[in-house]
Formats: sequence, C-alpha cells, structure tokens
Amino acid sequence: MSNQPGAGAGTTTVRNAVVIGGNRIPFARSGGAYAHSSNKDMLIAALDGLVARFGLQGERVGEVAAGAVLKHSRDFNLTREAVLGSALSAHTPAYDLQQACATGLETVVGLANKIKLGQIDSGIAGGVDSASDAPIVVSEGLRRVLLDLSRARTPKQKLAAVSRLRPRDLAPNAPTTGEPRTGLSMGEHQALTTAAWGITREAQDELAFASHANLAAAYERGFFEDLMTPYRGLTRDANLRADTSLEKLAKLKPVFGAGLDTPATMTAGNSTPLTDGAAVVLLGSEDYARANNLPMLANVVDAEAAAVDFVSGQEGLLMAPVYAMPRLLQRNGLHFDDFDFFEIHEAFASTVLSSIAAWESEEFCRTRLGLDGALGKIDRSKLNVNGSSLAAGHPFAATGGRIVASLAKALAEKGSGRGLISVCAAGGQGVVAILEAR
Amino acid sequence: MADTYLGLVNTPLPGKLAKTLGLPRPAVLRRYTPGGPLVPGPVLILGSGPGADTLAEALLGWDQDVRRHLRPGEKLGAVVVALDAVSRPEDLGAPLLELGQAVRALLPGGRVVSLARPAEEAGDPATAAARQGVDGAVRSVAKELRAGATANGIVLRDGAAADSPGALGALRFLLSGRSAYVDGQFLRVSAVPAPEEPADAGAPLAGRTAVVTGAARGIGAKIAEVLHRDGAKVVVVDVPAAGEQLAAVANRVGGTALQADITAADAAARILAHVKERHGTLDIFVHNAGITRDKLLANMDPARWNAVIAVNISSQLRINDELLASPVFSPEGRIISLASTSGIAGNRGQSNYAASKAAVIGMVRATAASFDGSSRTINAVAPGFIETDMTAKMPVLTREAARRLSSLQQGGQPVDVAETIAFLASGPAGGINGQVIRVCGQNLVGA
Repeated sequence: MSNQPGAGAGTTTVRNAVVIGGNRIPFARSGGAYAHSSNKDMLIAALDGLVARFGLQGERVGEVAAGAVLKHSRDFNLTREAVLGSALSAHTPAYDLQQACATGLETVVGLANKIKLGQIDSGIAGGVDSASDAPIVVSEGLRRVLLDLSRARTPKQKLAAVSRLRPRDLAPNAPTTGEPRTGLSMGEHQALTTAAWGITREAQDELAFASHANLAAAYERGFFEDLMTPYRGLTRDANLRADTSLEKLAKLKPVFGAGLDTPATMTAGNSTPLTDGAAVVLLGSEDYARANNLPMLANVVDAEAAAVDFVSGQEGLLMAPVYAMPRLLQRNGLHFDDFDFFEIHEAFASTVLSSIAAWESEEFCRTRLGLDGALGKIDRSKLNVNGSSLAAGHPFAATGGRIVASLAKALAEKGSGRGLISVCAAGGQGVVAILEAR
Repeated sequence: MADTYLGLVNTPLPGKLAKTLGLPRPAVLRRYTPGGPLVPGPVLILGSGPGADTLAEALLGWDQDVRRHLRPGEKLGAVVVALDAVSRPEDLGAPLLELGQAVRALLPGGRVVSLARPAEEAGDPATAAARQGVDGAVRSVAKELRAGATANGIVLRDGAAADSPGALGALRFLLSGRSAYVDGQFLRVSAVPAPEEPADAGAPLAGRTAVVTGAARGIGAKIAEVLHRDGAKVVVVDVPAAGEQLAAVANRVGGTALQADITAADAAARILAHVKERHGTLDIFVHNAGITRDKLLANMDPARWNAVIAVNISSQLRINDELLASPVFSPEGRIISLASTSGIAGNRGQSNYAASKAAVIGMVRATAASFDGSSRTINAVAPGFIETDMTAKMPVLTREAARRLSSLQQGGQPVDVAETIAFLASGPAGGINGQVIRVCGQNLVGA
C-alpha cells in the first residue's frame, strides 16, 4: 500500500513554491477575547495583518484559499467575502476548502501546487475557526416546518404547517465535535487509541508541559513578532500557561476515556481546548518573491493525504497521518533522520505519542503499513520546538497555517535542513507535508 | 479630541458674543491641501535689501501675485519683509512700520515671513544688534496677528543667498498651509547644492523610503500618512502589542508594518534588514516613539524614570549609531527626532520626560555637527499642545488653558507636526541641520 506509481513530485515540479511569510492572530479560548468575532472578522484580521507585513495593499494575489470547520451556512463564500473585506485588491479570486483540521495545511498544498505548475504566481493559504461563534442548527422538525411554511400560500396551508410544530422541535442542536458515524466525540475516539497504545498519563503531561515551555520560550525570544498581529486586545495565545508545571498538570482530572477498562489519562491539560483564531500563509514562486523584494523562508516540497477506517474500529480516528507518512517519505527518498524539525499537531498529547509509537513499532509498520520494519524514531528534541496546539490552542482550520508559517521561519533561521508536518483530522483523515530550507 | 470652543466660536452668534465679551477667538487654521493655492492672496514684499528683489522674482516664478507696495483696500495673502541687509537698529523702523500697516490687510490664514542673517555672524555690534532685533519684532508680530495668521522668519546662515534652494524651500513651507501651527519660529538655513526637482510637485518625497517609529497611533500615524501623501514609501514601526493598529496604519498608507520594540538591542538591525530587503535604501528616519510616565520628581520611582529615558532617548542614540554606520542609510539621509516644548521649558510632573526630550535636542545638535560637510541632516521637531489621545486625558480646565495659551489660541493637530517633519525630510530642507523647530502655535510655555 505504500507504493505509489509515478516518479516523485520532487523531480517533476515545474518550479518551486516558496513560503514567503505568515500571519496569524493570537488564538483565544472559546468564549474569550473573540467571543463576538465571526469567522469572517478573524480571517479579515489575519489577511490584513499579512497585507500590512508584506505591503500587499491593493495587490491582486493569484488566489486565496482558506476555510473553516465550524461554518455558518451564510458563509458559503467565506474566503472571498474576507478578501473583499480586506486590503487586498477586489480582483483577487478566492475559494473555500474544508478538510476538518487538515483544512489549513491542505490549502497550502493546493496553492503551492498551482504555483509549481505556473497557474498562479502568488497565493494566500489559511484558515479560521470560531468555537464561540459556532452555528446552532435548528431541529429537523422545526426546519421542515419552516420550509413548508415558506412554500405555503393560503392561510389554511400556513396553519397546517405551523400546527405540526411540537415543543421538542424548538430545542436547537448544539454544535459538537462528535463523529457523525460513531456518535463518539473526538476525545473519546482518541481515548480508545491511547488505551490501545498504552500511552501513559505521565508521557502525555510531559508532552503538554514541553508544548507550553517551548511556546513561552518562542514568545520570549520574539519569534512571533513577524508571525502574529494582535487582535481585539489579545497579544498572546490565551491558552498559553507559561507557568504551568508537571505537578499542576498531574492534578487535573481525566475528561476522556472514563468508560474504558484502562485508567483514564486524558485531561484538559493534555488535550486541546476549543479555540478561536485565524492564520494565513503567503506563498509565491521564486520569481514573484524576487520581483517584489520578498523573503523566501522555505520551499513547499511535497505532501500526502491518507484516511483510515475508524468506523469499524479497525484503526483509531486520528491515526491517518501515520499511514500517509511512509508514502510521503518513500516518494521523496527520505527518512526521519533527514529532518531537523517535526511539527506534529497536538490534537491531544496522546495523538502525537500514539503516532510516534506506531512509527517505532516494527509489528505495526510491517502489518499495517506494509513496510519491512519500523519506520523510525523521531528525535524528541526536534519535535514542536516552538510549541504546538496544546499550548497555542487549536482553532481547527487555522492550525495548518500556524504550523507552516512557524516551521518555515524556523527553517529560515537555521538556514538549512527540512521540516516534517503531520496533521490529523476528523473523519479519519490526515495530511503530512515536507518543507525545506532554502 | 474635538476642540468644542473652537467650533463654537467660528459660528455666527457665539462668535459675535465672544467678540463682545473679549473672549479668545481661535480661527480654523489654513492647512495644506494638495493642489491648493500657496497663499490665500497677493504677496507683498517689503524691505530694501537685495533679498527683497530676489524673493520677488522667485515668487513671480511660482506664479504668485507679487506687490512691492501696499495698495489701498487690497487684501493680502502674505507679507515678506526682507531685512537681510540691516546694519543698524535704526534700519528696522521703516520696513517694520510698513509691515504694521500691511498686516491690517492680511487675509485670514495670512503669513508674515521675515528674511534676515544671523546675529552671531555679524562683523560688528551694531549689525548684530539690528539682526537680533528682527527676532524680537517678528515674535511680537506673531503674537499680535489674529484669524489664524502667523509670523515666522528665515535666517540665512554662512552667507547663503536669498534665492538659495534652502531659503526658497523654507519660504514656500512658511507661506503654505503646511506651517499652519508653526508660529514665531525661525528657520536657519545654510547654502547647499540644489536638490533634484521632484518629477511631481505634489509628491516631493517620491522614490524615498521612510521609517516612522511609534506609528500605530496619534502623531506617528499621521506622520506616516503625510509622508505617504508626499510620495514616500513608509515602513511603520511600533511595539508588537500595538500591532493591530499598526497594521491598519500600514494598510492605509500602502506601507509595511514592522513590529519591534525600539529599546531591544536588535531593533536597528531588524529595521535596517527590513528596509534593505524591501526597498534597498533608507532615506528618512523619524524617531517619533515616545512615552510619558508623569510624576512629581519627589514621587518618582526608578521604573518610571528609566522607562522614559530608555524609550525617548537611549533607543534613538543606539539606532542612530547603527543607522550612520550602515550602508543602507542614504548619503542624503534625513533624521528627524521628536522633542517637546517640555524639553525646552520644563513641565511640572514631567522631569523624566523633559530630561529625555531636552536630551533629544542635545543629541540632535551634536549629531548635526558631525554631519558638517555631508548631505545628511538631523533636526528635532518640538510639538507644543497637540490634540491627541494623550492630551484628551488631561483635566478639562488644564486642557482648556493649554489650548488658549498660544498665539493661535488653540491646540495643534497631529497633521501640523507631520507637515513640518515632511518638510524637513524633503529636498529643499537640505540646508536645515541641527535645528529644533517648534510646532506649538507660539505657545507661551517654553517661549
């Protein structure tokens, strides 16, 4: 299953697609600083900060691609509407994309491919999500009545439609992160995987602690000064606890996996909270960057998506990146040792640890991934070195943009090397990607 | 902050009442609008020195209506009084008494501009006395003028000719609406080679790149806007916490936003790297960022004192050192620092701020001396009472008093400070170096 026909994308590209820079607004906890900001507001803020950083006012960018996971039906053209509300030229086309938590990364992949093929010279990729301003869906009963009512012509027909309404129809369906096919929340799904891989509470808390410590250190050294623009009075990610400790994390009560036979280990400290935020990345061809005196931080090398059958329980909901990884590495002739930075999205600390455990397991890699042996070990000192979702928060579609911009900057600072990105997503999906320093 | 009284007194009935009661009657100032006339009416040239003929010719070249004599009944847009040849105090009487008659005919927003030579360059005491006399007379005229009219002077240093590019640039600035809130001031200009004529007179800074610190709001944001209006490419800098407003300013002026704390050790390096990458050369640096941490000295703590010194002067010294050592800073580069009338006159509760702003003046003069023989300039602009968020927080009565204490009987607008900075950044201001230009409406404080 790891064999893809055709030569590697790395050898057939027409030209390079480069990351020029990024911008995001600080991520807020749900119901916090952005409680009254819409997805459109936040995406405009992220775009305008990017425009200001790179002087793109009035410019017709090749294309803008972004999306949101929790999306109002009125936002069918969210990205285009955000472009119209931004300082970009109104002649900039835009499209919406949605691949759950992989949305942001997938927009980068899509626009980078267009740049590589010469279809566009520049692009802005990203995403936004608001758990605060989430759409609330009316009940199926009320919805049908309302639709019939809109079609009714006579008073009698109208009365007939309304008379079907029952009190229970008035209760709205609150948004959930539940999987439609299993009814389980994402956390409960991950709890199954956590138990299956025997990931300990201590290991999860250690990863969460490292995430906070790394993010705090990145702020301290000014790492985000050219990656972030404050919004609505927020100047840092609201979820960051610079003073957290393993002791404090150890005190938190488990919130997922209580019904399992094994001890519950997943807490609010080692799981990401519901978050509001937006992130965008400026991509371009080398010619575009040079012609406009813009920096080139890193090349977007290649990417691979995968999906798993979690419905039958054959695989964990968030394990798809594990399957995408060997296909991506093989196509590019690379191993874990060839990378200087690993950005594994921390949906839950145990998601990262389960993935790492799977790649290190000879049996799993042989039986599930079709490899000869274990894929390899990841040097933990290279993992999420500037913090990740556990500390920063995780506005679903914004996470990809956050990771790509931060990794590109880290590569540019180092001046050499490669970075590997892994993002899991609802629906049993995942996307992995390679960036390379210039 | 809106000046309610200013608005009220410029409507018919309350205006009449104010006149009857002898209350201050501040006028709506004549400010610059691109493409608008230089002065609101004919320009009368007084004085018998060679400067009179020279300036008359220059003004004719600018398509102005020039008069050499007062015509009965005719209103004037400006009066230029050439006193560049006075050699005895007695020489002042005739032209200044004529000026006294002429100012009666001055239109609202009119201008009086004197032309003289520096007393300290005089060869004898009588000449020095006469030249210094100009200073007192013009400052007094400024205090007597009403209806938004101002009086300022040009001082020709080192034998500069009246039609030297620097003198003509200063004349144009002082006649125009750009100098609306500059009153009772003297621009001291040296002879410098003629600057390149801008291709578009409406964009005198076209092709230049400017950095403005503290640009997220208030005066800094307005400086960015005016430099942009005059054609410059603007890089706006402010602390990361002000990034949202900074981005809005950058997008308004088509510039780039650079979030940086100017007190950080790497601030200059980051600014220079950004300018080098995006624009190649840095032509204009405006040190606008500044903070106040007011307390009576008896109640002052080290944190307040040190923060003000660090932001308002130490950062400027450090950035200038790196700027002047960098090949990115243009050989014709301009540095403009924000001082304050508090730094000239002192201000109760502002010992730290006044120290930092006086220090700016000291730095500017010393750096200017080191520029002798080069084409770079450094100057300070000292705002008086300017209507900003900061002054809006003053107690009502203190604010009202501060507004009326100037010859123009009102506070200035951020744009007034910005216009003076844009002028100092322009080619024709190349002969102005090491000066402190007050934009204060001739406020009594620090006069």
